[in-house]
Amino acid sequence: MAERGAKSLWADAPRLLVLGFLALLLLMPYIWMISASVKPLDELFRASLNLWPERFHGIENYAKVFSQIPVFGYLWNGIVVCAGILFFQLLFAIPAAYALAKLRFPGRDLALGLVMLGLLVPPHVPALPLYLAFSKMGLLNTYAALILPFTISVFAIFLFRQFFKALPDELVHAARLDGIGEFEIVWRVILPNAWPAATAFAIFSVVAHWNDLFWPLIVIEGQARATPALGVLYFRSDEAGDDFAALMAAAVIMTLPLVLAFLFAQRRFVEGIATTGLKG
Amino acid sequence: MPEALSAAQPASFQAKSRRLTRGEALVGLMLNLPAGIAYFLMLLLPSLATILLAFTDYELGALEWGWIGIANFEEMLEDRGFAIALRNTVIYVGLVTPLSILLGLGAALLIEAGMRGRALFRAVFFLPVVSLTVAMAAAWQYLLHPTIGPLNAFLRLLGVTSPPFWLSSSDWVLLSLGAIGVWENVGYNMVLFLAGLSAIPRELYQAAEVDGTKTWLDRFRLVTWPMLGPTTLFVLTITMIRSIRVFDTVAVLTQGGPNKASEVLLHTMYKEGFTFLRLGYSAAITLVFLLMVLGLVWLQTKALDKRVHYG
Repeated sequence: MAERGAKSLWADAPRLLVLGFLALLLLMPYIWMISASVKPLDELFRASLNLWPERFHGIENYAKVFSQIPVFGYLWNGIVVCAGILFFQLLFAIPAAYALAKLRFPGRDLALGLVMLGLLVPPHVPALPLYLAFSKMGLLNTYAALILPFTISVFAIFLFRQFFKALPDELVHAARLDGIGEFEIVWRVILPNAWPAATAFAIFSVVAHWNDLFWPLIVIEGQARATPALGVLYFRSDEAGDDFAALMAAAVIMTLPLVLAFLFAQRRFVEGIATTGLKG
Repeated sequence: MPEALSAAQPASFQAKSRRLTRGEALVGLMLNLPAGIAYFLMLLLPSLATILLAFTDYELGALEWGWIGIANFEEMLEDRGFAIALRNTVIYVGLVTPLSILLGLGAALLIEAGMRGRALFRAVFFLPVVSLTVAMAAAWQYLLHPTIGPLNAFLRLLGVTSPPFWLSSSDWVLLSLGAIGVWENVGYNMVLFLAGLSAIPRELYQAAEVDGTKTWLDRFRLVTWPMLGPTTLFVLTITMIRSIRVFDTVAVLTQGGPNKASEVLLHTMYKEGFTFLRLGYSAAITLVFLLMVLGLVWLQTKALDKRVHYG
């Protein structure tokens, strides 16, 4: 490494040791989860501290998970729900944010005030009446029940508005002079320029909704529409019982998709969470 | 003639700009319409309904219900379960917030201090943020299991004869959940601190060096810490708001037990509403939760004001 001022490995060692120790502590649940998922039960119950099993039982454990619960069904539900939520969030928030950032119209200040008010309200607050309404409309146990409450993200409006305000006005003026209609401007001029903010928000939104347990627990019963979070919960209480090996295998399977996505696009994830976090 | 021309021109311009303004107003409203409808139906209306619900004795499936004023809130004052949940939530926030902020800041400073392993450590610390909480809670359940868990196996190896029942002893359960909470939040705070650190201008460190600061501690005290002030305040608020929402780990691991020792606000709200079907009382608890969140935001704004006025 030809970095200027780069320390020698020797001088850097204490820092690396402390970081390494912290990292190892943080990784403990993962290490033991993976280790347990390839051990036979009798070895687990002996509580040995060997990471590698004496008798490799991984195939049986993972096979048990796939045979007992609809793994791909859960993952598919998770994808449908996250994609559905993100689609509507962007569809509703981007035009609104553009108008709030670049156009003058009556009620704009009121709309901005409502956005700020909405930022203060955690999603648990409207949960009870939404449950009642969905239950009356026969929407429980549907994708609609999982997606609809999150179609509006005031945070997305806020984030995109900040971003659009920084875009030069000339961009919009030039498009108008070219005879592009106001609605078209949103999709043909603003959206192509909104990708950095959209990526950051997409990561924030998918991480939040892939991991959410509170709302799915309220509106979903049974396996048909269960998300990955619910799937693990069901497996834990019903099928697995004391079979920690299979439970750990299920946990590995359900954690893997998002973690893999993260490892492939690490920089984007970290930047996405940092931008959305600091603007929020 | 020239006068007429010059008078006509601004007029036509005005007309044109007025037309544009009127068009702009219409477009602005139209673009906000879908978001506005969703906001009204999914956020505003149900949130207002929660406030109304809190003043009723509505129970799910009940045929009759009525306004009972503040009776739900009076009941709350007498309700030992609610008092415990409130106390536990405060303890949990009090545990998770300082620890995850200190560790997050420490990790960020250490990562920033050198070039080696930056991406690797950042990824490792961030991993819990993108991991499925419910699945990782199951992993923690195994790790902390009193008899077959690796942690207690390790403690026995060290000579501890009867290591704690981490998640099923009322003395330890909150601490254990707090530790999991810290584990969940460190990476998030680290990322925010890293962003804050990278925004500190290098010239400040050079200036401090010219002024004679030699040690790392002096540099931290004189430059890094003051410049991180706004980030720290923000991280403080967001960690408190994130940890006051603790639900997943409690719902998966303890369901509030043993003997309510790990009962927290949102879990009580969930249980009252969806297990005991007492929606009115559950809504009242939701309002208390909302007030606490608003209180935290209010404190943050006040702290920010102080900075502006006296800083």
